[in-house]
Amino acid sequence: MATRLPEVDVVIVGLGWTGGILAKELTESGLKVVALERGAMRTPENDYALPNIRDELRYVVRHDLMQNTARDTITVRNNPQMDALPMRRLGSFLPGEVVGGSAVHWSGHTWRWTDMEFKVRSQYEERYGKKFIPDDMTIQDWGISYAELEPYYDKFERTAAVSGKAGNIKGALQQGGNPFEAPRERDYPLPPLTPILASEMFADAARNAGYHPFPRPSANASEPYTNPDGSKFGGCQYCGYCQRFGCEANAKGSPHITVIPIAMSRPNFELRTNSWVTKVLKDSDGKRVTGVTYTNVLNGDEFEQPASIVLLCAYAINNVHLMLLSGIGAPYDPVAQKGIIGKNYCYQTGASATLFFDGKYFNPFMNAGGSNSTIDDFNTNWAFDRAPLEFVGGYNVSGGFNTSLPIGYRPVPSGTPLWGSEWKRATAKWYQAAMVINASGSVMANRYNCYDLDPTYRNAFGQPLMRMTFDYQANEHKMGIHAAQTINNIAKSMNPTKLNQATARTTPWTVVPYQSTHNTGGTIMGTNPRESAVNKYLQSWDCHNLFVVGANVFPHNSSYNPTGPVGALAYWTADAIKNRYLKNPGPLVQA
Amino acid sequence: MKSQGFDRRDFLKTAVVGGAAAASATTTIATPDAAHAEQPAQTPPAAAEPAGYAFLNLDEAAFVEALVDHMIPADEISPKGTDLGVNIYIDRALAGGWGKGDRLYMQGPWKLGTPSQGYQLPLTPAQLYRAGIAATNMHCRKTYGNTFDRITAEQRREVLTGLSTGKIAFDTGLPVRVFWTTLYQTVVEGMYSDPIYGGNRNKAGWAIIGFPGAIAVHRDHVAQYRGKPFPNKPVGIADMS
Repeated sequence: MATRLPEVDVVIVGLGWTGGILAKELTESGLKVVALERGAMRTPENDYALPNIRDELRYVVRHDLMQNTARDTITVRNNPQMDALPMRRLGSFLPGEVVGGSAVHWSGHTWRWTDMEFKVRSQYEERYGKKFIPDDMTIQDWGISYAELEPYYDKFERTAAVSGKAGNIKGALQQGGNPFEAPRERDYPLPPLTPILASEMFADAARNAGYHPFPRPSANASEPYTNPDGSKFGGCQYCGYCQRFGCEANAKGSPHITVIPIAMSRPNFELRTNSWVTKVLKDSDGKRVTGVTYTNVLNGDEFEQPASIVLLCAYAINNVHLMLLSGIGAPYDPVAQKGIIGKNYCYQTGASATLFFDGKYFNPFMNAGGSNSTIDDFNTNWAFDRAPLEFVGGYNVSGGFNTSLPIGYRPVPSGTPLWGSEWKRATAKWYQAAMVINASGSVMANRYNCYDLDPTYRNAFGQPLMRMTFDYQANEHKMGIHAAQTINNIAKSMNPTKLNQATARTTPWTVVPYQSTHNTGGTIMGTNPRESAVNKYLQSWDCHNLFVVGANVFPHNSSYNPTGPVGALAYWTADAIKNRYLKNPGPLVQA
Repeated sequence: MKSQGFDRRDFLKTAVVGGAAAASATTTIATPDAAHAEQPAQTPPAAAEPAGYAFLNLDEAAFVEALVDHMIPADEISPKGTDLGVNIYIDRALAGGWGKGDRLYMQGPWKLGTPSQGYQLPLTPAQLYRAGIAATNMHCRKTYGNTFDRITAEQRREVLTGLSTGKIAFDTGLPVRVFWTTLYQTVVEGMYSDPIYGGNRNKAGWAIIGFPGAIAVHRDHVAQYRGKPFPNKPVGIADMS
């Protein structure tokens, strides 16, 4: 029997970027806030400190900061005809499990998604006609606009110490920035990172081909920085251990060095670590939620935490899982195409080439999380005509390095033996003389790509695992083929000594190896409860005191990393709760 | 090459059968290099600590030593696999949490599924390694009349090619590609993980590629060494502790 605890104003499930932002913002309003985090507390001073943080085996290979799949995982399959089987260890994506969440180990890439995403269906229909969008492509407008979100992007960029170069300030194009970005009110808070040889060579080649390279915006502080909340950042050390590591220099924009310590300094905030939320509790009339149940994973004790407002701020997959476990909203059925919770799960696609230049020194161990140069010519650029190519969406292409450590990264030309002296010689010859050009592509929603509860497998709490059904569709195959051609054309123009060409992903999506921790959808946002789980303020259509915050609200996935809009939407939701919901609790959008 | 003669494993087996020489056996394990006649092209300094095995039995130790010395031969690039401690890395990894299935979801029902569904065996990595070595040795005995550590270099190459391409099928039903993937990954980890885990001895793995290791900061280096060789000797976690 769960012990019932005294009611609080707000309970937050998961304390990463979104939970941290909401904790900081809502404690400012004087609310009593409790955050429940399944992971443990770790600190830069103790845990992300030199020299032990420089350990590829521990953090990259053994996933020290990530979700423990022995306790809870998902099952996976490519289509509804297959039996889903458990993801028995992590691979394709890496949800964090620690105070700070995945934002401890991210690389910091911070993008502003634009109306090309938020108005995806209406803009493609307007340009190419209704028939351009395949019947089974369940994309929809998000119900929000870039103009509405712009101030919140700005707020997030300043909180997270994003380094970059504006391409468009209030409509005026800026030399050296991304000419295809949407207009911003002002530049990034910090100048771009120091370029590395690979990013410079890629930028030169892209420019020669007529494209528009720019430095990738990243929450890696290019200089020491104090953010508007007073949180202090050190300058990035280009240590080469960024993705999958906590930052020892406090140079990576992360909630555990910004919003979380601010919330924790306030008496009306309480963090309970090792607290695993198992269910959101509904009121008898089903119109409100009353709190959550959770287990103290240190001793198995169960608690009920009543709250006036519940905020789901866990990793995107786990937010959707909690909604399904709690029976909030109608589960999505891909065959009947009824219900909503679990709909429009999306991922990303990509392609990459490795270029070998005899005699060059790229120093692949010397880089920041965002040390690359990028082009958006095939992405947020309507002049790139999709009509002859027959795909919806886009891809960005970049050259550079991020966390190229030797267990995982030892490039050799195709055809090199897998072992022996010849292998060792090739490894020795090319490790420092190779660079990578990479494309990241969007994935449009498809009716069969979704989540539901697995009928067979259970987690350590006896609950059904989440079941993920996903595969790339013809749309993504066509885009991947185009992206591979673009990469190979740029690569060949650079005259490498040897080239491992890019190839499109046209085989089934696979749960290994690592691809990206950019899982989106499942509780999608929209303009009405028939087509979405939450409204534009991420408020549940079913229970008005429940907000579901994270990339799980994205109705489809772009080519960009998701953290920019995730952070902006967290601030946007905080604003709506503070300034509107608290005054008059109820639906913020009338259904 | 230990294809002929009386090696350490034979000695230990005899000793155990004889029931007399536990102390001598310990001494022998502590000085494995004594039995090796040939000099590697690069002779590393002797290991500071004697290295025994925590998981591998005698057959498995012989297999792993032969494997890592075949895959990582001594040449102008590096010392051989056992001199890098790759065998010790593998033994420690299998004996430790990872080998015992830490973080591995181990609930049935069990089905092999498709390759896109990832690892699906009801085995911890240590159990997989044990079953895989036994199955590979069974294949070697059947094909060459001897275990992997006692066949010729050319025969070893043939076996590893068969494992890596899936041309060998194990009679036991163990999926060969899953075993190979694990085997290969652990050899690479033993070459390139920090020396605190027992491999990459003297950072000689990192030295192959000029990887500087756990070096703290490159803020000043990033522009200074752009396009130029970075001169530092590799530094490990222990060097900075």
